Amino acid sequence: MTATAVHDVAAGRRPAVRLRKLEDERWLALALLSPTAVLLGLFIAYPFVEGVLLALSDARVGDPGHFVGLANFAKLWDDNIFWTSVWNTFWYTGVTTVFKLGLGLWLAMLLNRHFRGKALVRAFILLPFIIPTVLSTFAWKWMFDPTFSVINWTLFNLGFITQRINWLGDPSLAMSSIIVVNIWRGVPFFAISLLAGLQTISPELNEAAAIDGARPWARFWLITWPLLLPVTMVVMLFSVIQTFADFQLVYVMTGGGPANATHLFATYAYQIGIGTGLLSQGAAVSLAMFPFLFVIVVIQLLYIRRVEVR
Amino acid sequence: MIEGALWRRWMFYNIPLILFVFVLLFPFYWMIVTSFRPDGELYRPWNAVNYMPFWTNKPTFEHFRYLFEETDFGRWMVNTMFIAVTSTLISLFCGVLAGYALARLNFPFAGSLGTMIFITYLVPQTLLFIPLAEIIRNFHLGDTPWSLILTYPTFLIPFCTWLMMGYFKAIPKELEECARIDGASRWKAMLYIIIPIAVPGILSSGIIAFTLSWNEFIYALVFLSSPQEKTVAVGVTSELIRGDVFFWGSLMAGALLGSVPVAIVYSFFVEHYVSGLTGSVKG
Repeated sequence: MTATAVHDVAAGRRPAVRLRKLEDERWLALALLSPTAVLLGLFIAYPFVEGVLLALSDARVGDPGHFVGLANFAKLWDDNIFWTSVWNTFWYTGVTTVFKLGLGLWLAMLLNRHFRGKALVRAFILLPFIIPTVLSTFAWKWMFDPTFSVINWTLFNLGFITQRINWLGDPSLAMSSIIVVNIWRGVPFFAISLLAGLQTISPELNEAAAIDGARPWARFWLITWPLLLPVTMVVMLFSVIQTFADFQLVYVMTGGGPANATHLFATYAYQIGIGTGLLSQGAAVSLAMFPFLFVIVVIQLLYIRRVEVR
Repeated sequence: MIEGALWRRWMFYNIPLILFVFVLLFPFYWMIVTSFRPDGELYRPWNAVNYMPFWTNKPTFEHFRYLFEETDFGRWMVNTMFIAVTSTLISLFCGVLAGYALARLNFPFAGSLGTMIFITYLVPQTLLFIPLAEIIRNFHLGDTPWSLILTYPTFLIPFCTWLMMGYFKAIPKELEECARIDGASRWKAMLYIIIPIAVPGILSSGIIAFTLSWNEFIYALVFLSSPQEKTVAVGVTSELIRGDVFFWGSLMAGALLGSVPVAIVYSFFVEHYVSGLTGSVKG
């Protein structure tokens, strides 16, 4: 085999010059990376620059506008709805992340055993994460409908409420309702990822600690949690960024209402930029997300690196 | 795992697990029941005496009929499928090549390029949708499937690249060296030896990329405007809600049918999906 192959080359099937260049790792790397570089450059880097320019102008739909400096951001500074959406975004991200982590970890530990039908349960549990968010959110919106709500029916028949609850129409309840749906959608992702992490922890560690007399809580905090930390941090990184920049869930559930009480960065940017056509103002709202995202990414990447080094 | 008596096992494991499964799956059950419920039963307030939440005695296909006869639902399904498949293929092509280069080749700036791709992986669509809408308009791609086919790879490629890097790194270098000694050229060794070994990884990335692009919403919402060009998620949102009137039966029927392709793909490749998901987390 070796002999014939070498013979083939020696016999002088001369590869084209272009192909011979690919023998050089640098040229090959360039060739392999260029399709990616073109697409990402054209549809990420270029829009980013364009977005900054847009946010510094007074463009509207059909009017390219002029450079106005930081006027758009100054306007946002005095905009109450903008500050509401900033606060909402942090609240939404913080609360959902805590619950997703807690419930996801719990579910992962429930699944980290041998029982009949485990594969089936695991497959079904991921459904909320797989099914398109917009479509499943409609099911929730229908479940939260004040007049036809199955949730109201259940609570009423269990004796918890005596009159209807307007889940999405009441400003003080709407955000909580949205948070519930986000947690519902996110728990499976946490559970399955953390389960994969749990499976890499040798059960012997736990058993040895149990023999030495460690109680279940101590075993969890001193063995499982530290060993799971690297996976947890990466899962959190993805989840926090996705949640911070969320759009579809709020768009379907409330559209930012009632009375702009549930806007996030993204839905507010959509309402201004696309809804009313103030492109520059909308781009500024979107872009205001960037410093926060940047800080989140940097902190978490540094933390992940530290954990990995240790 | 250390478990105690039977009652403890039920108390601490089985009952919580059953509750989790119930809550996670109930909305889908609700979706299914609603889509077969006749309107008369559907719009009966929850405090009415004959409110029947969990079952219907008169199932009807009326909502599905409405969906196919009165709206472009069939078109939306075809559009979504075409867009999801094409953008997945483009992303796989780019991602596999880029992942190979970053994982196995020595060249200047390899490390910083890898970091850059990881960072684009973290750029959310909502950060760039407004300038991107302008660019799509300038390129005359607005209201065509290509506006999505070309922009979806921006979040799919980084994901595929990242996942494929993990798979390529796990393949021993010796395999490639053997092929080189046997006379294969650099790129032939990649094409005929390494990429075939990485097929499970390619499958995983492909499935996840497909579900991600089926799931995408904001670009589709902003870039498409005419009813017959829309994707399922956008079509259902914009055509089955008229002002304040929600066509709940058809909405749920549309949501159900719109979920079916993803659910089928997922059910055939659960193991690949899960390994891809967890692989992307391990990095």
